[in-house]
Amino acid sequence: MKYLDEYRNGALAETVVREIRRIVTRPWVLMEVCGGQTHSIVRHGIDRLLPPEVELVHGPGCPVCVTSLEMIDKAHAIARQPDVIFCSFGDMLRVPGSKVDLLMIKAQGADVRIVYSPMDCLKIARANPAKRVIFFAIGFETTAPANAMAAWQAKRQGIQNFSLLVSHVLVPPSIASILQSPLNRVQGFLGPGHVCTVMGYREYEPICARFQVPIVITGFEPLDLLQGTLSAIRQLEQGRAEVENQYARVVGRDGNRPAQALINQVFEVCDRKWRGVGSIPKSGYKLRWEFREHDAERLFGVKEIDTREPADCISGLVLRGVKKPHHCPAFGKECTPEHPLGATMVSAEGACAAYYAYGRHLENPVEESNHRAGGRVVQEASA
Amino acid sequence: MGKTNFGGIVKSVCLEYTPEVQCGDYVLVHVGFALGKVDEAEAERTYRLLNEMNQLSELEVESELTAVPAGRAEAP
Repeated sequence: MKYLDEYRNGALAETVVREIRRIVTRPWVLMEVCGGQTHSIVRHGIDRLLPPEVELVHGPGCPVCVTSLEMIDKAHAIARQPDVIFCSFGDMLRVPGSKVDLLMIKAQGADVRIVYSPMDCLKIARANPAKRVIFFAIGFETTAPANAMAAWQAKRQGIQNFSLLVSHVLVPPSIASILQSPLNRVQGFLGPGHVCTVMGYREYEPICARFQVPIVITGFEPLDLLQGTLSAIRQLEQGRAEVENQYARVVGRDGNRPAQALINQVFEVCDRKWRGVGSIPKSGYKLRWEFREHDAERLFGVKEIDTREPADCISGLVLRGVKKPHHCPAFGKECTPEHPLGATMVSAEGACAAYYAYGRHLENPVEESNHRAGGRVVQEASA
Repeated sequence: MGKTNFGGIVKSVCLEYTPEVQCGDYVLVHVGFALGKVDEAEAERTYRLLNEMNQLSELEVESELTAVPAGRAEAP
């Protein structure tokens, strides 16, 4: 497909890798923020094409992974209630709460449905006036325009039986939080291309200035990721710390203004708890007071829930780029996509799930160092 | 709303946030919403930069690297 195939050209990728090798003089740690980028990097083995000086660590940008356990338990409590149709994106269904997941609740007789878009829920609500229809509105800024539109249309059309359980998260406060941590290793970022399609990249400029890190807004194809890496390494080697835009074919500095306008009309910024990380100030969206009749958290008044995470899971450290999936003793053993212990294994976009999908749990650490040194291409496991 | 062809699969997509879009344009779609139009001039500029880098490096010694495996990832 046009605009995709060109960015998977192997010969050009080699050239970019060679250029990275030419300019790099010492070790650097970069973090790709978005779960889609993590998946693409592991799928194409991009981290293993890079010279050993360049280490990619994987960021917190998988929305399913970082949705807090409290919020998932709340979702489960709501989904179990009578006369409820609980709607969600498909990848949320297998995410374990403290006790069960949505699929198990569905198997026990609850009406849990997978939707492609939150707008589908409005149709379901109109067709089922005697039921209460709830959408589990999770996601980063990329998903906010769709969820804002669903809330806005529900209010405008007076669809009283539709509400959203909102657990939106925001990228800039999360990367600021990573940089403030005493454990931080990250020296530069590949910024989230699709988040910035919506929001633009003005809000990343003060982060570069404050923490003296380069942020390169980057796309999702192999060449995008390599070119973003090259730009970030070039900045680090030259001692610069700026926002650069590798993904200019889709991202502009101001982002999508009509989408931002509706987001601001519907949502306001709030503190948000992230699974594996903890609470980050001003790192989420919640519905504004004007939309309270469509706010499932208010309507259902689910009390704070006593949650439990497995003790041996290191997903919090993985999400902050301190550790990698294979550093965890449970990775690929007690913890697999079928039986995930924590945040980064629960969704396909999580770093641990991506490593597992492409067979990295089958490798030993010695092999890994060979890959890095030789830039050898690793065969993809059939996933 | 508009019909969008994803490499053969046609879906209805909300164009509320991309009022400038015309028939034949490429758009970035997420959960049923077009969030941005792909800018052809910028796409070509990025690709030209990469190609120029490629031509320059052909003058250099051949790399020992193997090729990137061909990816068949779906649109993000």
